[in-house]
Parts: sequence; structure tokens; C-alpha cells
Amino acid sequence: MVEDNAILKLENVKTYFFLPKGLFKTLVVKAVDGVSLEMKRGESLAIVGESGSGKTTLGRTAIRLIEPTEGRIIFDGKDITHMSDEKEMKMFRRSAQIIFQDPFMSLNPYMTIREILEEPLIIHGYNDAEERKEIIVKSLIDVKLQPPEEFLLKYPHMLSGGQRQRVGIARAMVLNPKFIVADEPVSMIDASSRAEILYLFKSLQEKYNLTFMYITHDIATAKYFSDNLAVMYLGKIVEYGSTREVILNPKHPYTSALITAVPDPDPKNRFIYRKVISGEIPSAVNPPQGCRFHTRCPYKFDPCDKSEPSLIQVNLNHMVACHLYNKK
Amino acid sequence: MSSNVLEVEGLNLAYKTVRGDLLAVKDVSFSLKPGESLGIVGESGCGKSSTAYALMKMLPPNTSMFTGKIIIDGENVMELNETELRRKIRWKKIAMVFQGAMNSLNPVIKVGFQVAEPLIVHENVPKNEALEKAKELFKLVGLPQDFINRYPHELSGGMKQRVVIAMSLVLNPKILILDEPTSALDVMIQAQIMNMLKDLRKTLNISIVFITHDIAIASDLCDKIAVMYGGQIMELGSSEQVLLDPKHPYSAKLIGSIPTLRSDKKLEFIPGAPPDLVNPPPGCRFNPRCPYKFDPCDKSEPPLYILDGGRQVKCFLYKMKGSGE
Repeated sequence: MVEDNAILKLENVKTYFFLPKGLFKTLVVKAVDGVSLEMKRGESLAIVGESGSGKTTLGRTAIRLIEPTEGRIIFDGKDITHMSDEKEMKMFRRSAQIIFQDPFMSLNPYMTIREILEEPLIIHGYNDAEERKEIIVKSLIDVKLQPPEEFLLKYPHMLSGGQRQRVGIARAMVLNPKFIVADEPVSMIDASSRAEILYLFKSLQEKYNLTFMYITHDIATAKYFSDNLAVMYLGKIVEYGSTREVILNPKHPYTSALITAVPDPDPKNRFIYRKVISGEIPSAVNPPQGCRFHTRCPYKFDPCDKSEPSLIQVNLNHMVACHLYNKK
Repeated sequence: MSSNVLEVEGLNLAYKTVRGDLLAVKDVSFSLKPGESLGIVGESGCGKSSTAYALMKMLPPNTSMFTGKIIIDGENVMELNETELRRKIRWKKIAMVFQGAMNSLNPVIKVGFQVAEPLIVHENVPKNEALEKAKELFKLVGLPQDFINRYPHELSGGMKQRVVIAMSLVLNPKILILDEPTSALDVMIQAQIMNMLKDLRKTLNISIVFITHDIAIASDLCDKIAVMYGGQIMELGSSEQVLLDPKHPYSAKLIGSIPTLRSDKKLEFIPGAPPDLVNPPPGCRFNPRCPYKFDPCDKSEPPLYILDGGRQVKCFLYKMKGSGE
């Protein structure tokens, strides 16, 4: 069955936030505005975009930490969009986990590492304390916090940023999930330890056949981790393809801009200006008409501010939503 | 020597903690010419921010030791008291953009007034003149001039960062310290801010101390780079020397850990954790993590060897090649 190989399928998912404005008006923030994608078992997909592009909302919607406004989410062959049965929901929560961006804020400062890692196990009915400890020790070894005994009784403030993020990863791992959303897991970590965390993800992924949705604003780290890459802009996917292909051969002007914005450590840099598109991402309350990127696009031409380009295939496993490729 | 706008010699800074004295900055020396910019690069906890605060002489109450020489524009600020510092040095000669300063703007005051305020309060400049100056500064940092009437919540992160940079320039300092000015921003906005800082350097001929953990961003602005580790400068040289031909094993690793899109290099990382500065490892502070560790490394501390082209490296690997101090 082809179906069986997909662990997550999003079909035209929209997530809107409604903000009351004054007494009667409501502002609609279209954080995610029609995203469809499919992830295979064991795949890692990077979602790349600036802040405000909707990438975090998409990640959270995919595991229903935020309810979608429209569309369908199919996880492991099951439609979970409106699933409400408590038992089923608990099963789903076990198999889909998240790692948060900020290792300083996402760990309870009053709990020891053991308590932090034990809580999900208690919630999910592991009643045998010995078994719980075994699982915790194993997951600490998995994330290379060794020797594990030394970390069990420590509090988060006694650990470095990198170590805390490993605890966050271990917490996501204790329930043996199938799918993990990693929301900017390395952006708060020193450059010198980022690669270590990315390699750790890679090894966990291979060992447990995990599926990763890796959310980041830094396309360079995506290159070292993900198989596929989706570039988001204002709630929509504007380019999708294998990571290598997208980075070596970007089609969308926005993707090219994201790539040129990444500096290399080159002493010549200080004598030249970085090529960068001007302006900032517009508000998701009133996204621009037509292509949402047209207000900043250096290649804007006739149709761009009138009709919205749809994702079209430009190559094997490479899609782009841009009028430049729509012409012929 | 008098052409230097900033000279730091043998700077030491320690904090009192419950576990004992924490030596955050140890024997740090460097100098800066007018218009020159120096990048101080290292992991968190390496003492780069402490060095910056020391330059401003803004030290926390638990400081237990502060020695060395800091000469700003010919004046040894170590000998000045707080009032003199405030009157003559801080913000006038040397200014700083603190890490995360953009989140410390007063939410109920228009940003233009926040920039102009020091002029009105301290320099007795009439309000409208001060606001004119704020407008001028806004132009300099690439903000529309009518933005002086906006409140912080009406600005994006990148714009607020521009506001705090404008704020630091209000008394025309000769030296500007930027502490991780772009680390909370998206890559695209980061690139815009870096371009703006390049312009600023050109127009004002200001000297910049740029503090960052990302050596790639330092390359965007800095003429010289100092790599810090465990409170000490491990390597100091021109950007070309340090980036293209790093001598210290730590600098090399740090550069190797930067993900790049334009080459196929394998990403490196530095295993282990930065040293505990209350009980630093004996000998070279990097020796527990160093791949080239050999006999003398954990016994005695290497001096700063001076190599060709005046570059300095604190590593025993260069004992033969350089002339020790």
C-alpha cells in the first residue's frame, strides 16, 4: 500500500487566529493559509521561513496543539482533525511529540531532570517505578547525557544550554514516538554545539526510524539535517523539494534571498554589502493580493499582484509557487 | 601608540559566587584604532560580554576583582570615579548596545523621545532640537524619520534594534560596543542590519567592538578578530589571518562549526562543555577539549606567542615557531 508509507498528511490546512478588535470587530490572522504536504515514515522535512511565516503554527497544528480552522490532518492513516475520543487522543499524543525552541523556558525549574522525564511516563500509565527509571536512563544515554545517574538529580539551572536541549529531546523520546516536531531546536544554542545536536537528531532518526519536522529560520542548518525542505512565506508553502536540490538550485526568489542572507566566514565580507531583499514580512491580517511575496520581490512582473500562483512541479520532487515558472 | 582610541591591557575581572571567585576575564589585552572594528567571538560563558561591560565600567555588585588598564581616548578610566565616568566617558566616548536592548524600550513613550531624552535631560538641549537630532539618527540607521512618533509596539524587531543603535549614538561616541546585536533576528533582517552597520562605520568613522558567538557574522564587519575561551583571548589577528588560516585549535573548530550553504564541508562541533571558571582546568583552559593536546598542555598555561604579521596565539603548538613573550 502506498498509503501506509505516509505518516503525516496535511490537506489544505488553514489555521486562523481571531483577535477581538474593539467591541464588534474581529481581526483574522491567517497564520497558516492552505498548506498541503505529505511526510513519509523516517523522513525529515525542514520548514524554513522568517518569523511570521507561519512555520511554528504549522508545526503545532500538525500535532494538534492548535486546532486547524479548515482542512484535514491524517496521521498514521487516521484522520485526527477532529478526533476527540480521549483514549485515541492519548495514543496520538504518545506517538507525536514536540521539542521546543527555548531550552531555558521549556523545562520546569522546580523539577529535577528525573521528574521532568518521568512525568510523561506517569501520565501514560507506566506504573512500575523501576521500569520508568529504566526508560529514563535509556533515553538519557540516547541523547548522550552520560553518565545518566549524574543527571537524574540535577535541576535545569545546573545544565548548559546544550545539555538542557538534550533533556528536552529526551523528554520527547521517552514515550517512544513515531513523529517529532522540532521547533527551532538549535537557534538558542551556541554555534559550536549546534552541529552536535543536529547529528544527535540524525542518529536518533536512524535508530528509531523517526519522522522529523524540523522548523527553522536558518536554511543552512536545514542543509545538514533534512531530506526535504519546504519554504514558507506568509502562511503558504512557496517552494518544496529535496533539500539538496532546493539549496543548489533555488527557484523561488524568496528562497534565493534566504540563501544569500546566510553569511560565510569570509574576511572579504566586510568590504561588500550583503545582497538582501528590502522590507519585512507583511502582516498576516491583510496579506498582499496575488502572490504574497510580490511586495518584496525583485522580479515582480505583470501577473504577480493580481493572481496567486499555485504550486507547480518544475522538476522531479521540486515544486514552486511563482509566476516566473508559470508562463510557458 | 597614542593613535589608538581604545587600549586594554592586562584586564582581569572576577565575580564572587557561592562556590568561590569566578574569573570571568583573565589577562585580556587589545587595542583599537579610530574607525577600526574588532570582533570578540566565543561560546556563551567565555567572558565576551563581561569584557564589554568592563569597558563601560558597568560592573555587577558581586565583582570581587577588577584590575588592568583601560585607556579610552587617552584617558585611563580605571582611575576615574563614577561621577567623572558619567560626565566624560560613558555614552560620550564609549557607548554600548546591550544584548536584547530592543526589548527594553519603554512601551509607553514614543521611540523618538526615548532617543532624544539624554540630550534633553543631560545636555540641556531644547526639546525640538533634540528631536531633530533623533530624526537625523533615525536616517542614519535606516528608519523613516516620521518613526520618531511611533511607540515600540508599532515596530518590528529589526526596527527596534535600529532604534537602540540610534540611541547609543546620540552623544556622538567614538567607540561603539555591540553585544550580539543580531542574534535574536531572522537571517534576512540580520543581513539588513549588518549592511546598515557597514554604512554607519563609513559615515561616522566610529570604532566598533562587535561581540558575537557567530564568527561568520563577525566577518561581516570586523577588521580584527579576537577569539575568547574561558575568559582568555586564545587568538587575536586580522580577519584574514584568523578566518582563513586559524592557528589555535579552538578557532579552527569554531570556524568549522559554521554551517555553510556554498561548500560541502562536514560540520564540526566541539565535544564537551566550556570550562568551569571557578575551578578552571590546570594548564591551557582548552586542553580537555583539544584534539592536539600534548605533554605541556595540562601542566602550564601557554603564553601568548606572537607570530608573523603580529598575530597572537595562546597555544603550545607554536612554541617553536613564535617568539614567546
